[in-house]
Amino acid sequence: MRKILGMVAALLLVASTAFAETAIKVDGSTTVLPIMQKIVEAYMKAHPDVKISVSGGGSGNGIKALIDGATDVAMASRAMEPKEIELAKSKNVNPNQIVCAIDAIVPIVNPANKLSAVTVAQLKELFMGKITSWKDLGAEGPVVVVSRDTSSGTYETWEGMVMKKERVFPGAMMQASNGAVVQTVSKNKNAIGYVGLGYLDASTKPLTVDGIVATAETAKSKKYPISRDLYLYTNGAPAGAVKGLIDFVLSAEGQKLVKETGFVPLN
Amino acid sequence: MGLSRKTKDTLIRNILFLAALSSIVALGLIMVYLFVEGLPIFKVVSVPDFLFGTLWYPTSDPPDFGIFPLIVASLAVTALSSVIAIPLGVMTAIYLAEIAGRRTRDFFKPVVELLAALPSVVIGFFGMVVVAPFLQETLDLATGLNLFNASLMLAFMSVPTICSVSEDAIHAVPRELKEASLALGATHFETIARVVLPASLSGISTGVMLGMSRAIGETMVVLMVAGGAAIIPHSIFSPVRPMPSSIAAEMAEAAFRGDHYRALFAIGIVLFLFTLAFNLVASHVAEKHKQVGAATL
Repeated sequence: MRKILGMVAALLLVASTAFAETAIKVDGSTTVLPIMQKIVEAYMKAHPDVKISVSGGGSGNGIKALIDGATDVAMASRAMEPKEIELAKSKNVNPNQIVCAIDAIVPIVNPANKLSAVTVAQLKELFMGKITSWKDLGAEGPVVVVSRDTSSGTYETWEGMVMKKERVFPGAMMQASNGAVVQTVSKNKNAIGYVGLGYLDASTKPLTVDGIVATAETAKSKKYPISRDLYLYTNGAPAGAVKGLIDFVLSAEGQKLVKETGFVPLN
Repeated sequence: MGLSRKTKDTLIRNILFLAALSSIVALGLIMVYLFVEGLPIFKVVSVPDFLFGTLWYPTSDPPDFGIFPLIVASLAVTALSSVIAIPLGVMTAIYLAEIAGRRTRDFFKPVVELLAALPSVVIGFFGMVVVAPFLQETLDLATGLNLFNASLMLAFMSVPTICSVSEDAIHAVPRELKEASLALGATHFETIARVVLPASLSGISTGVMLGMSRAIGETMVVLMVAGGAAIIPHSIFSPVRPMPSSIAAEMAEAAFRGDHYRALFAIGIVLFLFTLAFNLVASHVAEKHKQVGAATL
C-alpha cells in the first residue's frame, strides 16, 4: 500500500512539474522548418523550463493555425496575403511579421562546364526539360537536370521563383538533400542543379542569374532574382516566453545558426 | 527452487511460446499501422489512378499521386539485378560445391558471405563515387547514376544470399545420385547439369527468391545510385526512382498525417505486397520441389 502511495505521489510530482513548464508551438513552412528546428534545439538546451514543439505543415497551414489560435508562432516562406490578414483581424488576431532569415538559391554546374551565366527564363526551360543540349547555351554535351525532392522547401522556393506555375519535369534526378545535389553535380560534367547559398563550395560552379552574382549582399538587397525573405508571425508583439524565443532567433547566436542551416543571416 | 518438474516444463514451454509469438505480434502491429496510415489516401485518389498514374508530384497544388513509374523502376531494378546476380550466384555455388577443392572452398565461401556483411550504404557510396563516373566516362552516358548502376550494386548484394543458399542445397544432394550418374557413363559436367542441378532446384529457387526480395526492398543503394527521376525508364541507362527510395527521401519532409504522408505509407503497402508475393512464391517452390529422399528425382 505504502509503495502504491509513493508511486502516486511521484506521478503527481512529475505531472505538476510538467504543468509548470511553458509550452510554445511553432508551425508552418517546411523551408523555415530546419532553421527553427536548429534554433529551438539550442534554445531549449539553454532554457530547459520552456518546451517548444516545431512542426512543418506548410506556410498556409501555419498561418491558418495562427489565425485559429492553434499555434504561437507561424513560419512562412511568403508574406501573409491581405485576405489572411483580414480573416485574422476578424478573429481578433493581430499578425505581427518578423523577418528571420533570407533564402537565396543558386544554380550550380560542374566546374568543367563552360557556361557561367544564365537567365531565369533559361533556367525555367532547362528544368522543364525543354533545353536538352548545352549547345543551345553555348557549351557542350547533353543536359542532366538535378533537382531537390518535390517535398523539400528548396524545391518549393525554386518552383515559386523560377518555374512560375510550371513543374520541374519528371526526368530530373531528384535528390534528397542539398549535399546530395552538390555531390551529384560535382561528379557529372553534364549536370545542373540548385542549392541554398550556404551550400556553395569549390566542387561546383555557381552561375550568375540575369547577370547578378549570388552573394549575401545581393540576396539581402533582393537584386539577386532567386532570393526572398523568410518570416515568423506572432499574434501581436511577442511577449513572455515567445518573446524570449524570437529575441534568440534575431540574436547574433541565432543568426549564426541560420547561416549554419544554409540560409543568409540578416546581419 | 521448489518447482516440480512438470511446472518447470510448462513454464519453459510457455516462455518459448511467448518468444515465438513476439515476432508475429510485432509483424501484425506493423502491418496494422501500415494499413491504418496508408489506406486513407484512397479517399483522395482512386486505386487505379494511384497504381497506374504516371505523374508523381505529391506536394503540388493540386497534387498528383501516380506511382506507376516507381513500381516500374522497382521491378526493372530487381529484374536487371537478377539477370546479373542469378548466373553469378548459381555458378559460384556450383563451383564451390562441385568443382573446387576443400581448401579453396574453405577460403572462398566465407569471403563470398562477407560480401553480404557490407553495409548497404558502403555499397551505395562505392556505386556513387566510383562506378557512376566510370560508367559515364566509358559509355559516354548523360549520367552514371541510373538503372544499370543500381542493378549492378544490388546484384553485389544478392549474390552472397543466392550463392550461399544454393551452395548448401547443391552440397546436400545425396552422393548416391552423383555416383549413379557417373557410373552410367555421364561426364562430370553432364552430372552437374542433369542430376545435381535438378535435384537441388528447390534450394536454388529459395536462394534466388530471397536474393530478389532483398533487392526489391533495398533502400539505401537505390536512393544513392538510381538517379531519382520518377520516369518510366526508356533504356537501362535511364535514371529511375524505385519505391523504397521515394519513401526514404520524402518521409522526413512530408507533413505528419497529410496526404503526402499517407501516399508514402500506401507505397509501403504496395512494396509489402510485392515482397510478400516473392516470399510466398519462394516457399511454394521450395515445397513443390522438395527433395524427400534419394529416390524422388
